[in-house]
Amino acid sequence: MKPIRMAGLLMLLAIAPAVIAADYVTIPAGQFVSALAIDGSTSRIAMPSFAMRTEPVTQADYLAFVAAHPEWRRGRVSPLLAGPQYLAAWQGPLTPGPAVPARQPVTEVSWFAARAFCAGEQARLPSWYEWEYVAAADATRRDARGDPARNQALLSSILAGSGNRPGTIGRHRANFYGVRDINRLLWEWTGDYAAMFPNADARVAGTGATLALCGGSALAFADKNQYALIMRVAALTALEPADDAPRVGFRCVRDIHGE
Amino acid sequence: MLLPRHLLFLLGLALIVPLAHAAPPAVAALPENSVYRIPALTLRDQQGEVFAFDALRGEPRVVGMFYGSCQMACPLEIEYLKRLQHAVSAESGRSIPVLLVTFDPARDDAAMLRKVAGGHHVQAPAFRLARPEHGDEGMLAGVLGIAYRQLPGGSFSHNVKVSLLDAQGRIVASANASGALDRAFVEAIVALCAGH
Repeated sequence: MKPIRMAGLLMLLAIAPAVIAADYVTIPAGQFVSALAIDGSTSRIAMPSFAMRTEPVTQADYLAFVAAHPEWRRGRVSPLLAGPQYLAAWQGPLTPGPAVPARQPVTEVSWFAARAFCAGEQARLPSWYEWEYVAAADATRRDARGDPARNQALLSSILAGSGNRPGTIGRHRANFYGVRDINRLLWEWTGDYAAMFPNADARVAGTGATLALCGGSALAFADKNQYALIMRVAALTALEPADDAPRVGFRCVRDIHGE
Repeated sequence: MLLPRHLLFLLGLALIVPLAHAAPPAVAALPENSVYRIPALTLRDQQGEVFAFDALRGEPRVVGMFYGSCQMACPLEIEYLKRLQHAVSAESGRSIPVLLVTFDPARDDAAMLRKVAGGHHVQAPAFRLARPEHGDEGMLAGVLGIAYRQLPGGSFSHNVKVSLLDAQGRIVASANASGALDRAFVEAIVALCAGH
């Protein structure tokens, strides 16, 4: 047991600097049209500037988090905040093991856990709009969504990866903003993911959907060419916040002071 | 004169700090699926009282979320909950306290909460409208199944789910606070209050 513990400790020490140095880049303010429609129509959104993590949160980042926050270890976390699949691929509560390399995005983490992780580095989960705004870029363009070849390539990557754990971070070029792996590797929690189709709950109750809602009700896709995005929204909205799925991870954002 | 005043201040701190950090009275540990186990959340209600969310344990309660500048669903949600309280009183002679927490703390300051509460004639502690002072209200929304998303222009898309918590914070029943009263929800409250 002792050598294994030592190895774990050494690994923690080795990754500590990487955690402190989690990179955020400034995403400049801009105008943006979401692929999601509000009340059946599109609207131009004024996005303020914010900072986003350049990479998804890694297995190594998450190991450091649970080491520092025992209440988020597998076996200790409240069942309200994480389900039975929480970190299921890890060998032990503090031992990811060989199945989950340090440089892979952490997955099988609940929305609650992702939220707590981000709070721990003075950050938060992005809103859907923030995520979508950054994900609209390719390596050279701020908004590459009108390029059919790019849309097809994203869809192909997602279909090829479905059923597998996400691969290693950094195999593709960073996008226009310097953000990596936002479109291909995995689904990512957003802070407001549960409210993408908010009228669903009202329908279940059999009450008038419009009465159950302030603001927008019928929320659908304004841009029907964004198949990869439609798949992503469908995958995310199927989840409960305590669910822990093998292809769902996250990254964090920070407000920029004064914005 | 300065020194004694400082000393008094320090003495005051020494008295206050342990109280502020003292654990709640030695009650039994909360069940693992208790909503009161979310990370620490401090709230301030429409009458200015500041309290820890988990200090509400000890009696059944109906909990939901809203936002003050909401034009349609939230006023209906508040009126639904008032009707719910009346129905429970009429059927059981017991009162069920209600807590609604805003998910728009940036705009829902104390004055806004007072205004909304005044408009609906609701008073704490029987009917509390509260804003988060410290902590993450999003965690509360998550465990209660409340979804919200801010839209361009500042309004929110959201549901109006409300949940009945037992004295230990377990979710016993939930309802959508719109339209006609949900009979099963009323009966769940009456049954829980009778057993309490």
